[in-house]
Amino acid sequence: MFDQILQFVLTGVTVGATYALVALGFSIIYNASDVVNFAQGEFVMMGAMSAIAMSAGDGIPVFLSLPLAVLVTIGVGILLQRFAIAPARGASVVTTIIITIGASIFLRGVALLLWGKSIFAMPHFSGEQPIHIGKATLLPQNLWVMGGAAFLVLGVHWFFNHTTLGKAILACSCNRTAAQLVGINVGMMMLIAYGLSAFLGAMAGILVTPITFTSYDAGVMLGLKGFSAAILGGFGNPMGAVAGGILLGLIESLAAGLISSGYKDAIGFIILLLVLFFRPSGLFGKATSERV
Amino acid sequence: MRRLAGLCLLATIVVVLPILFPDNYYVTVVGVTALLHAILAVSLNLLMGYAGQISLGHAAFFGIGAYTSAILTTRYGWDPWAAIMAGLALTGLVSFLVSRPILRLKGHYLAMATLGLGIIINIILVQGDQLTGGPDGLGGIPTLSLFGWALDTDLRWYWMMGATLLGVVWLALNIIDSRSGRALRALHGSEVAAEMMGINTTAAKTGVFVLAALIASLAGGLFCHQQSFISPDSFNFFFSIELVTMVVLGGMASTYGAVFGALILTLLPELLVVFEDFEVMIFGAILMLMMIFLPQGLFVGLQNLVLRWLNRRRSAAFGAVGE
Repeated sequence: MFDQILQFVLTGVTVGATYALVALGFSIIYNASDVVNFAQGEFVMMGAMSAIAMSAGDGIPVFLSLPLAVLVTIGVGILLQRFAIAPARGASVVTTIIITIGASIFLRGVALLLWGKSIFAMPHFSGEQPIHIGKATLLPQNLWVMGGAAFLVLGVHWFFNHTTLGKAILACSCNRTAAQLVGINVGMMMLIAYGLSAFLGAMAGILVTPITFTSYDAGVMLGLKGFSAAILGGFGNPMGAVAGGILLGLIESLAAGLISSGYKDAIGFIILLLVLFFRPSGLFGKATSERV
Repeated sequence: MRRLAGLCLLATIVVVLPILFPDNYYVTVVGVTALLHAILAVSLNLLMGYAGQISLGHAAFFGIGAYTSAILTTRYGWDPWAAIMAGLALTGLVSFLVSRPILRLKGHYLAMATLGLGIIINIILVQGDQLTGGPDGLGGIPTLSLFGWALDTDLRWYWMMGATLLGVVWLALNIIDSRSGRALRALHGSEVAAEMMGINTTAAKTGVFVLAALIASLAGGLFCHQQSFISPDSFNFFFSIELVTMVVLGGMASTYGAVFGALILTLLPELLVVFEDFEVMIFGAILMLMMIFLPQGLFVGLQNLVLRWLNRRRSAAFGAVGE
């Protein structure tokens, strides 16, 4: 029993680490521009799919295709901000949500056109020799996902707290006008925030795809889970989003293993709803009050 | 009076189309779907456009209505109308029970909670296969008959859906201009301010949530008898999002806007089929462009453009007289 639970926990943390990266991307974009970016999951798909496409057949070697794929995705993120979000500045929240939904459909359409409906695999980074912990097993790739996610989360934390650029983006999310008045190029900061968010998505995609495979519509579910995780942790709180992601991954994995795999997503959402009923601003969110 | 003028125009369009083109695929087949979508969009617009409560799970209530009626008629031999009523009762109960805790949430948290609710109900439809038929769906649902008329042709279904849409639009227009409609618009502006004015915001929100759910459930009941086969895919998260898109695309807080949005979003995929592989991509691009350039929605945005143009013409005319 203990070994089984350990196995579920290991799987859960791996999946949760992916959710955490997507959720972190949601928070960064939300903080910078008040937009809930429903195309976040498509960044994950874009990163993985373009890496696979570039190294397919006699393509370029993997160590080159991965960074290139990340760059491509960052480009997509920046284009999204520049040509879809920035022109709609001042539109209501729901309008911007529909714009990002339009963008996610568009990106899925592009992927469908380029790569069709097939499911693609990606080689593991360092072999498929399982590692045994007690009776539970772990693939080296699981360690890559967990380690990579931890590294990225710490990096983002450092970026926002210890670099001028990171602090400038934070300043924009606190007060755009004030940020502009002290000489921050707000438009540029937005581009960087979307680029960073796309970067995290692409990294999540590249890290996890060797385990989960990918296809043109793989981003939908991941985007949904990432949004759930960000809400669970308290929307707009980056570290809350990370905690929410890990927690959601754990809940799903344990629910699938111990209760029912068919209902695992339902159980995840039921727990999410219960949390919201008792803490309407998520686990680590600040309570807000309305000003009249 | 202006209210009725719009309704008369809508009624005329709905009635004239099939008389002019009785055997046209776009009228009798796509048209029925468009009318169904319009019913759903008008109901969601009551909740989203007027009361300002976003719901990303509206398809769930549509699904409860459809599945209740389908299960009762196929497995227990109920009369279709009684089964639709049972669907309404169940939807009313479910929506009332969840409305209290869910409507306490605001903004993105409300969006998430309704989205979660929609997904949970969809998973139940997929997993409860002894009752619902699971992912394979449920077939052999009998058609409806009305005063001895079996609704067995596309054209008859067109009339049925058209009449329902007109009824729902009439209901929505009347609610919006009533005391409770004004209460809803007040709480959209500011909940605290509305409470200070003596509006029971909880009751108002619960009321509109349950009403929107009931209309969706009725649409579901009609849908399952029209299709005679249903599967959980018709009631999933994507469809909820599509409904929200219809409302926003047409223009929030405009009943005709919702009808217009439903029509556009039903027709667009039909028209884009000619682009084959490019279909999905073009659809996404059109959606983005419309929202970027007409953020208030197509119907409301175009309405404003026309009004501005009329005003300019009028002032130009006055200018000419002055000279």
